[in-house]
Amino acid sequence: MTLTYHLQIVNLLAALLLLISFAMLSQRRIVGLVTLFAWQGAALALSTAIVAWSTDQHHLYYSAAITLVLKVVAMPWYFYRLVRKLDVNRVVEPMINIPTTMLIGIVLVIFAFNLALPISEMSGTVTRSTLGIALACVLLAFLMMITRSKAIPLVIGFLAMENGLFFAATSATYGMPLVVELGVALDVLVGVFVLGIFIFQIRETFDSLDLKHMEKLKER
Amino acid sequence: MEIYWLLGIPLTGGIFLALWGCRKHAPEINALVSFLTLLAAALLTHRIIDQGPMMVGAGWFFIDSFNVFLVALTAFVAFTTALFSRPYMRIEQEHGKLNAQRLRLYHSSYQIFIAAMLLALTTNNMGILWVAMEAATLATVLLVSLYRTPASLEAAWKYFILCGVGIALALFGTILLYFAAEKVLGSGGTALLWTHLNGVKAQLEPTVLSLAFVFLLVGYGTKVGLAPLHSWLPDAHAEGPTPVSAVLSGLLLNVALYAVMRSKVLVDGALGNDMAGNLMMGFGLLSVVLAAFLIKRQTDVKRMFAYSSIEHMGLITFAFGMGGAVANFAALLHMTMHSLTKSAIFFAVGHATQKAGTQLMDGIRGLIKTNPTIGWGLMLGTVAILGVPPFGVFASEFLIITTAMHEHPWATPFLLLALGVAFASIFGKVQPMVFGETELPKLPYQPALTPVFLHLGLVLMLGLFIPPYLAAWYRQAAQLLGG
Repeated sequence: MTLTYHLQIVNLLAALLLLISFAMLSQRRIVGLVTLFAWQGAALALSTAIVAWSTDQHHLYYSAAITLVLKVVAMPWYFYRLVRKLDVNRVVEPMINIPTTMLIGIVLVIFAFNLALPISEMSGTVTRSTLGIALACVLLAFLMMITRSKAIPLVIGFLAMENGLFFAATSATYGMPLVVELGVALDVLVGVFVLGIFIFQIRETFDSLDLKHMEKLKER
Repeated sequence: MEIYWLLGIPLTGGIFLALWGCRKHAPEINALVSFLTLLAAALLTHRIIDQGPMMVGAGWFFIDSFNVFLVALTAFVAFTTALFSRPYMRIEQEHGKLNAQRLRLYHSSYQIFIAAMLLALTTNNMGILWVAMEAATLATVLLVSLYRTPASLEAAWKYFILCGVGIALALFGTILLYFAAEKVLGSGGTALLWTHLNGVKAQLEPTVLSLAFVFLLVGYGTKVGLAPLHSWLPDAHAEGPTPVSAVLSGLLLNVALYAVMRSKVLVDGALGNDMAGNLMMGFGLLSVVLAAFLIKRQTDVKRMFAYSSIEHMGLITFAFGMGGAVANFAALLHMTMHSLTKSAIFFAVGHATQKAGTQLMDGIRGLIKTNPTIGWGLMLGTVAILGVPPFGVFASEFLIITTAMHEHPWATPFLLLALGVAFASIFGKVQPMVFGETELPKLPYQPALTPVFLHLGLVLMLGLFIPPYLAAWYRQAAQLLGG
C-alpha cells in the first residue's frame, strides 16, 4: 500500500522533471535557466531519496545527498555568481525559434518512450515506468545543447543531460554502485570548475561568450 | 603492489607540480616523475610476464597481457614526451607563448592526464573506466587551450563539448551494461567488474547488451576519433602544444579504443554473433577513407598528421572488428607502431614549426639544409607512418590487409585506395618541407631529438624482427580478445 503511494510521488516527480526539461527549452534568460536547473536537481534528489526510502537501498541516500549539495546548492550558486560577474543576463534567442524546438521536443519524447519500452519491460525495479521519462530528459537536454549558441546555456544543457542519465540509472537499476556514482560526481564537479576557468578565458579572448565567434576552425 | 606505485607516482607528481611547479626545475621533475612511472610499469610488466594475469586490491584492478602491454606503451611514450617537452617548452617560453604560471598548469595536468589514462587501463570496474576516461578529457582541456589564442580556445571548447557529449553516451551505455549485469550478478559493486562480467557473459541479456554496445561504441568512439565523430580531433591536435598533440594522438586514442575492446569482448560473448565486429568495421572503414581524402586538403602540418591519426585509428578499429587471432595480433601491433611513430613525428614537427614560426606547410621549407636532424627525423617518421617496408608499420598494415583480403574481400579496394591516397598526399607535402629551398636561419637552439630517433629505431627494429617473447605476448593478448 505504502509502496504504491511512494511510487505515485516518484511518478509525479518524474513528470515534473520532464516539465522542467521543456521549460528549459523555452527559457530565454540565463538566470531563469539556472533556476530551472536548480529545481530539476531538487526534484531529482527528492525522487532519489523516496526511492531509497521505499526500497531500502541505502546507498541511494548518499547519491541523493550528493545531488542536493552539488546540483541544487553549489552549482547554481556558482552559475549565479558567474552570470553576475560576467554580466551576461540578457534575453538570448535560441538558434531555432522556440515553438519549433518544442515540437521537435515532443517528437523526441515519443521516440524516447518507444526506445525505453523494451528495456523497462525487462527491469525488475518498481520505478521502471519512469525510464522513458529519464531518456526523454536526456534527449531534450541534448536538443537544448544543439539550439543554444552561448557558453553557459550549453553547459547547463550538458548538466541537465547528466541529470537525465542519473535518473535513468536510478529508475532502471536503483542507481549505479556507490563508488562509480562518487566518481561521476567528482568528474562533474571538476568539469564545472574547469568550465568556469574556461569561460573566463573565452571572455578575455573574444570579449563575449557568444560561440558564434568560434567558428573559424572548419574544413575548407 | 607495483600497481599502486604506477598510479600513485604520476598522481602525486601532478599534485606536487601544481603546488611547487613554478620553480626552475619543474620540467626536470616532470621528466623524473615520468621516469619513475616507467619503472613501475616495467616492474608490473615483468611480473605479469612472470606470473600471468592477476587481480589486485580485492578485484579493483585487473591486469592481463592486453592491458599491461598498453600500460608499458603509455608509460614509455609519456616518459619520452616528457623528455622532449623539457627543452621544447623552454623554447616556447622564450618565444613568449607561455609564462611560468601556464607552464605549471601544463606540468601538473600532464601528470594527472597520465595517471587518469593508467587508471583507465588497469581498473577492473567498467564504471571506473568511464570515470577515468572523463578525467583524462578534463585534464587535457586546459592543455589544448594553453596558448590562449582564439583558435586554441575554440579547439578546446569543441573538444570539451563533443567529448563530453560522447562520454555521456558512454555513461548511458555503462548504465545499460550494469542493468543487464545486475540481473545475473546481483546489485552492488561487483556487478560492474569486468572479470565477473566476463565470467557470466553468455547469460547477459542480448538485446540490452547490443544497445549498450552501440552507446559505448559511439561514446568512446568519439574519443578514438572515429568518423563521423572525429571533428574535435584535428582542431585539438593542431592548436594544442606539440607534446600534448603527441600524447593525445599516441596514447589517449589507444586508451579509448581499449575501452571499446573491453566492451566488445563482453558483447560478443552475450550475443554470439558479429554485430559488434561489424559495427566496428563500418566505423573503422569510414574513418580510414574519409581521413585519407581529407589529408589531401590540409595546409597545416599538425592538422594533416592529426587526420593521419584518424586514418590509422580507423584501420586499427577495422582490424579489431574483423576479429580472429591474426587480425587482433595485427591491430595490437599497429597500435604500438602508430603510437611510437606518430609521437616521433609530432616531436619533429614541433621543432620544425618552432623554426619556421608557422604551422603552415608552405612556410616550412628546406629543413635538411639548416637543421638536418629535424629534417631526417620528419622524413623517416613520415616514411615509417606511410608503411614503407623496413619499418614496423608495414608489417602490421600488411597483416591487416591480407586478412581483409581473405575474410572481407569487399573492403580491400577501399583500404588500398585510402592508403594510396594518404601516401601520395602526405609524402607530396612533406617532401618539399624537408628538401626544398629555404632562406630561413637555423633553429638557434639544440632540438630535443633523441626521443624521435629512439622511437623510430624501435619501429624499425620491430619491423625487421619481433623478439619471440614479444610475439608470444601479442598472441596471448590477441587470444584474450577472442582469437
